Amino acid sequence: MVIDQIKTKEAHHNGIVYPSDKVMLDLRDLKKVYPTPKGDYVVLEHLNLQILKEEFVTIIGHSGCGKTTMLSMIAGLNPISAGKIAVLGNPIKGPGPDRGVIFQSPSLMPWMTALQNVLLGVNRVFPHASKSQRKDIAKYYLQKVGLEGAFHKKATELSQGMQQRVGIARAFAIKPKVLLLDEPFGMLDSLTRGELQDILIEIWNKEKITAVMITHDVDEAIFLADRVVMMTSGPRAKIGDVLPIDFKRPRTRKSVLEHEDYYKYRKHLIDFLEH
Amino acid sequence: MKQSVTVSKTADLKVSSALKILVSRLNIKAPKFNPNTIFKKVVVPILSILLFIGLWHVGARSLYNIEADFKIEKALADQGQAAADSMAACIASGDISCQPNTLPSPAQVWDSFNTLIADHQVISADKLAFKDKTAALNEKRIAEGKDPITYTGRPSFVDQIFTSLKTVFAGFLLAFMIAVPIGIVIGLSQTLRNSFNWLIQVFKPVSPVVWLLLVFMIVKTMTKDSNQDSAFIISFISVGLCAMWATLVNTAMGVSSVDKDYINVAKVLKLKPLQKVFKVILPSSLPLIFTGLRITLSVAWMVLIAIELLAQSPGLGSFVWEEFQNGANDSNSKIIVAMFVIGIIGFLLDRIMLTIQNMVSFNKNAAT
Repeated sequence: MVIDQIKTKEAHHNGIVYPSDKVMLDLRDLKKVYPTPKGDYVVLEHLNLQILKEEFVTIIGHSGCGKTTMLSMIAGLNPISAGKIAVLGNPIKGPGPDRGVIFQSPSLMPWMTALQNVLLGVNRVFPHASKSQRKDIAKYYLQKVGLEGAFHKKATELSQGMQQRVGIARAFAIKPKVLLLDEPFGMLDSLTRGELQDILIEIWNKEKITAVMITHDVDEAIFLADRVVMMTSGPRAKIGDVLPIDFKRPRTRKSVLEHEDYYKYRKHLIDFLEH
Repeated sequence: MKQSVTVSKTADLKVSSALKILVSRLNIKAPKFNPNTIFKKVVVPILSILLFIGLWHVGARSLYNIEADFKIEKALADQGQAAADSMAACIASGDISCQPNTLPSPAQVWDSFNTLIADHQVISADKLAFKDKTAALNEKRIAEGKDPITYTGRPSFVDQIFTSLKTVFAGFLLAFMIAVPIGIVIGLSQTLRNSFNWLIQVFKPVSPVVWLLLVFMIVKTMTKDSNQDSAFIISFISVGLCAMWATLVNTAMGVSSVDKDYINVAKVLKLKPLQKVFKVILPSSLPLIFTGLRITLSVAWMVLIAIELLAQSPGLGSFVWEEFQNGANDSNSKIIVAMFVIGIIGFLLDRIMLTIQNMVSFNKNAAT
């Protein structure tokens, strides 16, 4: 595990030690305040989190604790009240394609086909590629998510699960440095959710894009993550606990479920959430 | 479908497939012979139409009788028994000169409709003859640099319909060209929306008549030098100004209320402003823009009649007004014919707009 190898070296934040050149995403003393007529409402305070390159982190916490607020701040869609967010050491300035987002609802443009939806981002990120090259990139990722036959289907003609597959393809196709996933499977039935988790992890194993994913599902959190980050309940939410998951990759659902540590991890998370 | 097509086979195929597409676009379903649906979709509407005509007939009849009795009584009071008897005989004989003037019966309206069509045929034949007669002369006049002689006879009812359609489309186009761009611009900016809001709220409820007067004031001065007829210009501008508000408000609302998810996607992808407008904002607000345009077209058609009537511009409105002033024996039934024609054309225009709306809309369940 990367974390173990580097634990002995320098830098020291919030009890976790990393050398800075391994850090992809750095949240320092992050604070979010919403002004209300009754005074300021502090959603997040003193939030510190470092996420390494090629790491998959899942974030778990009670509803309304500020997980989504944090994620949209990383995406640049929500302004930062205090503190800083840096990608590879560079503080972020608003949203940008270096941080791809998979939203909770698929958020596809319903008047476009699956391919056009993916191309929307690809055209923007690879403006110098030829038209057919860009099309190939979009088609490649759509194939990866299992939508070979649906390139030219309108978004409205696809099921919710298929739409979210397009969402995954769209996010990976722009080759972001960080992938932000806001409960992407929350609206799906459990069967489709399992399928999409497999697809996500399969692509991720290939691309190794640093990923931060919010979830409510303890099993999903363990199955996908290198570390599970637990957030305390708001207001003034911060990181409560971090649980490293030491399963080898590539993982299969079966191997994870049969692993002797699985129930230990599960208990840890549930104890935290019920606390 | 193929009956009308008698050309070669390939053309036949082309036309029939085009028709098929058109038919499918218009949502006309091939009738399924299910007795229940036939009853609901065909028998019930026909029955209701018959009932309507029946009630109308009965109502018109009783109004006729009231009017006739009144006429006879009046003759009795003014001129005595003999005059009353001759009045009663005159009414019973169906003589045009003494018919009571009241709500016409369905049969009278149907007769007037046929009269108007026959009149149209006479006038068109007359026009054609005029054109033939003056063709040679006009060529000579054009060669000499003079204006050609044009037909200046009375327009027929059908001509009036087309004049009205022309005016309404000109007005609609004007409304479209003003309201959509302005709507997009003010939809994009909260500040502009706030600063335009008072103007929209104040001018939206202004009556067509007042718009007409305003346009009249301006156009009259602007066209002082030219000797062309300004009635058409005045009426189509007034129609456009009255009708554009629905489109303006809907466009601004559509543009400003684009789903936040789409905006977030555009932000994450860092689309350039113009790309954002054309790839995300406009397509997503198209359904609302078209709802606005549909309202605009029906408002335009509705106010057109009143405006033509006041602006002395030729068309259905002035037809109705002239018939009312005319007071001829069949004027009332001609007015009712015009009423039905206006209603049916309004309905058809709305259907056309709905079809276009459904074609451009990604949301397939637009209101009907």
